[in-house]
Amino acid sequence: MKSRILGIKFFVIITISVLSIRLFSIQIMDTDYQEIANRNVIQQGIEYPYRGLVFDRNGKLLLYNDPVFDLMITPKNVDLSDSLLIKKLLFITQREFDQAYLKARSFSRYLPSIFYKQLSNEKFAALQDRMRDLEGFNINSRTTRGYAEIGLANILGYVGEVTQNQLNRDTTGYYKSGDNIGITGIEKTYEKSIRGLRGVKYRNVDVQGINMGSFENGAYDTLPQPGQNLVLTIDGALQKYAERLMEGKIGSLVAIDPSSGEILALVSAPSYDPSLLSGRGFSQNFVTIQRDSLKPLFNRPLQAMYPPGSMFKTIQALIALEQDQVQADEIITVNGKLIGDHAPPGKYDLERAITKSSNNYFFKVFRRVIQQGEHLSPFIDSRMGYKKWRDYVLQFGFGKILDIDLPNEKAGFVPSLKFYDKIYGKERWKFSNIYSLSIGQGELLVTPLQMANLGVILANRGYYFTPHLVRKVGTESLDFSQKSFIEIDTGHFESILEGMQALVSVPGSRAYIPDLVFCGKTSTVENPQGLDHSGFMGFAPRNNPKIAIAVYVENAGWGARAALSTASLAIEKYLNGSVKKKWLENYVLKGDFQDAKPE
Amino acid sequence: MRSQNRYQLDTLSVVYFLSLVMLGWINIYAADYNLDGNTPFFDLNQSSTRQLIWIGASFFLIAVIFILDYRFYDSFGYVIWGVSVFFLLAVLFFGKEVAGSTSWFEIGFIKIQPSEFAKIATAIGLAKYLSSQNVGVSYKYKLGISAFLFSIPMGLIIMQGDLGTAMVFGSLILVLFREGLSAKLLFFSFYAVLLFLLTLLIDQWILLFMVLALFLIGLGLFIKNRKALIFIFWLSILSCGLIKSVDFVLNQVLKEHQQLRVMSLINPNADPLGIGWNVMQSKIAIGSGGFMGKGFLKGTQTKFDFVPAQTTDFIFCTVGEEQGWLGATLIMILFGAFFLRLLTIAERQKSRFVRIYGYSVVSIMFFHFAINIAMTIGLFPVIGIPLPFFSYGGSSLLTFTMLLFILLKLDSQRMEQLEH
Repeated sequence: MKSRILGIKFFVIITISVLSIRLFSIQIMDTDYQEIANRNVIQQGIEYPYRGLVFDRNGKLLLYNDPVFDLMITPKNVDLSDSLLIKKLLFITQREFDQAYLKARSFSRYLPSIFYKQLSNEKFAALQDRMRDLEGFNINSRTTRGYAEIGLANILGYVGEVTQNQLNRDTTGYYKSGDNIGITGIEKTYEKSIRGLRGVKYRNVDVQGINMGSFENGAYDTLPQPGQNLVLTIDGALQKYAERLMEGKIGSLVAIDPSSGEILALVSAPSYDPSLLSGRGFSQNFVTIQRDSLKPLFNRPLQAMYPPGSMFKTIQALIALEQDQVQADEIITVNGKLIGDHAPPGKYDLERAITKSSNNYFFKVFRRVIQQGEHLSPFIDSRMGYKKWRDYVLQFGFGKILDIDLPNEKAGFVPSLKFYDKIYGKERWKFSNIYSLSIGQGELLVTPLQMANLGVILANRGYYFTPHLVRKVGTESLDFSQKSFIEIDTGHFESILEGMQALVSVPGSRAYIPDLVFCGKTSTVENPQGLDHSGFMGFAPRNNPKIAIAVYVENAGWGARAALSTASLAIEKYLNGSVKKKWLENYVLKGDFQDAKPE
Repeated sequence: MRSQNRYQLDTLSVVYFLSLVMLGWINIYAADYNLDGNTPFFDLNQSSTRQLIWIGASFFLIAVIFILDYRFYDSFGYVIWGVSVFFLLAVLFFGKEVAGSTSWFEIGFIKIQPSEFAKIATAIGLAKYLSSQNVGVSYKYKLGISAFLFSIPMGLIIMQGDLGTAMVFGSLILVLFREGLSAKLLFFSFYAVLLFLLTLLIDQWILLFMVLALFLIGLGLFIKNRKALIFIFWLSILSCGLIKSVDFVLNQVLKEHQQLRVMSLINPNADPLGIGWNVMQSKIAIGSGGFMGKGFLKGTQTKFDFVPAQTTDFIFCTVGEEQGWLGATLIMILFGAFFLRLLTIAERQKSRFVRIYGYSVVSIMFFHFAINIAMTIGLFPVIGIPLPFFSYGGSSLLTFTMLLFILLKLDSQRMEQLEH
């Protein structure tokens, strides 16, 4: 018996030892369980940063983050027999309630999901007062981009969730699925500065995934860093006014401060309401906007390419003067037969040729520039002349992008030697093949931005700055002080400016602004597809210029009507703060230029 | 002086009892604690608060036990057993079915589980029978009656669908061993259980092949010994029979939820969200405790409800997670010391009745202790029996208290006990 008693005691001790050894193996030897336990309870949550705010040059807020309120539901906690109040507050039917409830329930019984998206202010206010009576419901806020104005869509751009393609191409490894990314506009160009930095929050969750508070009191959490604010060069008031003027038209308006290259206004018409591409309605609205036959997503000032037309005569004059092929006071008699012309035949000096926009005068001048008589063969002579001429034109910023801080800028087109070789064969083309260029027609293509930049060059008498939209990123001012000079003597400008002034600053004329001397040149751009486009380029005041401007209005006929009127109003608005010529404003707003057939 | 000798409560056992109840309560509090800090001090929604009431009730019960005459249990041994069997029968007809088991009476607020009471009654009944003068009765007859005394309640409880509690009665074989059951029989019981578990773990054809191989080796070794050969032959036949019958038992006898529990022991990882979830999460909770544990109230797996039944059957998870290997082992040592003390008490009795009863108490409690912990760490199927004094629950706490204090009452008056 003694041995049995001992045996039983021994059995107790052995059993406890076995259990203790087993515990030792799973608690101390095997560290997997600790990892699994952490995976069970620690959940990593991404805290999305606020994107930077965007202000205009005067500190007016243009783009911000808009809080949006969603009503969330946790199905487990909802008393289904008592859904009267929620239906009343949201104005929904029993069927709508059931649908939303079942959808949330199929996602999870324990985790909150959206019951009603983007509450209106009235519904939000009504709900907020009664939240205590609404067991199982809570209000969740998130942000979408908010726009202070309906306009500026082509400047600000929009954001969207990063796509798989973008994730694959992202070499920095920053982006993760679910992040927002700037898709166009400055949202895209300044993405890195404006996006901020994601934060991470570790939290404990229970078996149903319900948040049980922060992990280790947030010792490992990082706060999201809001994106840097941007200060634009845009003048909000001018931009808004210009957008109003361009309403109902197809075209562009670009205004630049000649002393800095800062863009004051950049209008693309027609445009769209940027808030349509913010938040939940994105995909639906995007398709609608994209299918619009007037292409509101097309950023015309940077992407639309037109022949420059008569505005180009200013460049022709400068190049000819610089190459000594013509003198400003040289009188050239034209009979009006070399090329179609609206200017009368007669005697022209440079100033008058600009003012009257004499096609025949510039035909003759351009012929001298192209055929300088340096070679016996007219073909080779033309080729040499054209090459020199083209080099000058490129200096004005044509045929290449100006590198504005917006995506998808177009370069325009200045035909190369090879281009003509391909059409006519090498040394088989001469002045007579390319004379259309003399009046800014033919194969030349420019963007409205490049034309406004020409206004800057004329205003500065020979140089420009890289046109740009952003002044300041965060607290840091951006440096755009680098000047691009054109190799043309400053003295050559005055007679051209004289002609431009005489065109627009004549008391009693449509564009005249009292007490303001300004210079400009119109174009009636030939359009084989329909009515001519109306174009204008200029700057003001003549001395110490403050604004350079280019306007294109498609199918509006005479440059002297739609484009010049619009530009004149914008200049007056910007320099004087208000517009006195209400009749002109009404004329432009009415936008009925269709009767404007060449007189 | 004399009265002190005659009436002596075993203080050491009482200290063990109080320590276990207190540690148990602390762990129930921890398992039930709300991490947001809003745990009210006295809230009947909290298991720990209700457990306090049960602890109070158990003290009341102790007082009743000490007021009752010690001869009551001996004298009414068979009556107590009979009443408990009656209730076990009655619950089959009038009981309430909860989670596949029909083991509860529900009278208003009060829920009574006759199978808990049957543990005490069977211990008393068995002690009564084995301690009776039964000269001239054969060993086999005595064994048969003993087996009858605990198989009847065991069978009835299996019929209720509560296999776990029924298995507890099997532990009484240890009492029989102490009272002279042949070691061979005990060996066979263990061999059968071991083979049963092996059948679950290893493919039965491999096992059958192993039996055949052992048989052939035995044949070679004992070729001259006819008696040994016969033994080996029958043992092999029985082994094969058992292996084949396990398949039958698993698929025909066990209910579906019991099958799943057995299967989850074999491979808890195969179905982590199904029945294996309990064992998996329980092991994760305990395993993540490490050496020193995460600290009091700092366990995450138990707090966030990853472990099911964390205050009742899986209370040991809280011990393992928060107190680590050290705390868990210390608590097991405390249990061990407690059991050894009870064995010492049993052995010092002059009365056979008290001694046999004492062994029954140790067997029942030790079985609960060992199997409960084994199932939380994946060494045994989840059969849903509580950890004595630790698991939340009135029936189990009161049952274990009664089991213990009836023994301590009898022990305190051992000088007055008649020798049988």
